[in-house]
Amino acid sequence: MINKHYGSVASAVADIHDGATVMIGGFGEAGSPIELIHALIDHGAKNLTVVNNNTGSGHVGLAALIENKQVGKMICSFPRTANSTVFPDLYRAGEIELELVPQGTLAERIRAGGAGIPAFYTATSVGTPLAEGKEVRTFDGRDYIMERGLKADFALIKCQQADRHGNLIYNKTARNFAPIMAMAATTTIVQAGAYVEAGEIDPEAVVTPGIFVDRIVTVAAPAQESLLVAAGRSYP
Amino acid sequence: MSTESVTGWNREAMAKRAALDIPNGAYVNLGIGIPEKVAQYVPEGREVIYHTENGLLGMGVAPEPGQEDPELINAGKKPVTTIPGAAFFHHADSFAMIRGQHIDICVLGAMQVAENGDLANWSTGAPDAIPAVGGAMDLVAGVKTIYVITQHCTKDGEPKLVSQCSYPLTGQGVVSRIYTDLAVIDVTAAGFEVIELAPGISFDYVQARTGTRLIAGKQLAA
Repeated sequence: MINKHYGSVASAVADIHDGATVMIGGFGEAGSPIELIHALIDHGAKNLTVVNNNTGSGHVGLAALIENKQVGKMICSFPRTANSTVFPDLYRAGEIELELVPQGTLAERIRAGGAGIPAFYTATSVGTPLAEGKEVRTFDGRDYIMERGLKADFALIKCQQADRHGNLIYNKTARNFAPIMAMAATTTIVQAGAYVEAGEIDPEAVVTPGIFVDRIVTVAAPAQESLLVAAGRSYP
Repeated sequence: MSTESVTGWNREAMAKRAALDIPNGAYVNLGIGIPEKVAQYVPEGREVIYHTENGLLGMGVAPEPGQEDPELINAGKKPVTTIPGAAFFHHADSFAMIRGQHIDICVLGAMQVAENGDLANWSTGAPDAIPAVGGAMDLVAGVKTIYVITQHCTKDGEPKLVSQCSYPLTGQGVVSRIYTDLAVIDVTAAGFEVIELAPGISFDYVQARTGTRLIAGKQLAA
């Protein structure tokens, strides 16, 4: 019988190795798998390349992972937040690498990576500093640049409900990057607000089919990042 | 001279003027800042669907205090609501709507706009700045019509409408129309054409605050 369920966040992330590429879902705090990130901090894997839209806030979640010096490189579209200096300080000190990618290009690179597409052309960023060094081709009279698909060793994502097969549904705008990251990672690890038996999610309502999901951990009452930040909390 | 004639349109009036150009049935993406205000001024009777690139079509107004949901936010990471008929989707679909030219209008802020429609609005290029682009380059490359709302000059009085952008570009030749505190200006093949002036503002006053030659539109003569 298929069983993707893990008993703890610690066991679900235990084999994330030094130097791994890890995609982490979330747009700001919405969809951020904060319990899995904290488990990765406890686990301690280093020199990670992390793919996320942002770089976290305060001193919890992704910002804490970066602050703990576990991240060698960030691939993101918007590494600034109003309430975190963790990434900017390390970046200015030359202690963390940044690959800045337009948000839609980042999403499509991830989707392409998961769909077996090694590269694609987009008009986004043509004529800007972010197109420098990239192949340009003209289609139907318009210039496009080539962007590479992006894959990862692991994806850490959060969903509202998972069934035993790994079919997932999300909550509102917490969905964001999670479905495409689940496709692009060799091993996709999900923290689910609820874990249910196969058949309990309407097949018409499934957002991420279970084939893209490898491990599920139930986190029934996830922490709310903004509340932790407002309370001045830090992790560990 | 009245106060109004010195200051031109305020932020609300700029948003209100831009809102007049949002047609019924449009799918619209609004940037952070003054562009966000456009939604509250769209004339009654027009049904407009707002897109936010983090995965929502049919974005509604801000929630009542206490009703905020941290998992229901806009691209500026502020709490929002949904309208009846709203839809959620993942980021690749959201940017397919943008890149695939399904979104009709995007209203953005600007640091500089050049007379050929080039836009700079993401970076000053300063060496110590943390570069951050978000979805701006995707929006200007993909959305059918790009409107800019901006103060006509910087806080230091430097023109933002220029012959050529000195800041790093967000996109080339992408801007169609600019709403400033002084005027409404179209980007045409011949350059910036002033099609409307704020109350009490003269063409010469706008020209003196613009970094390149302006064309007086026919509409001004009326």
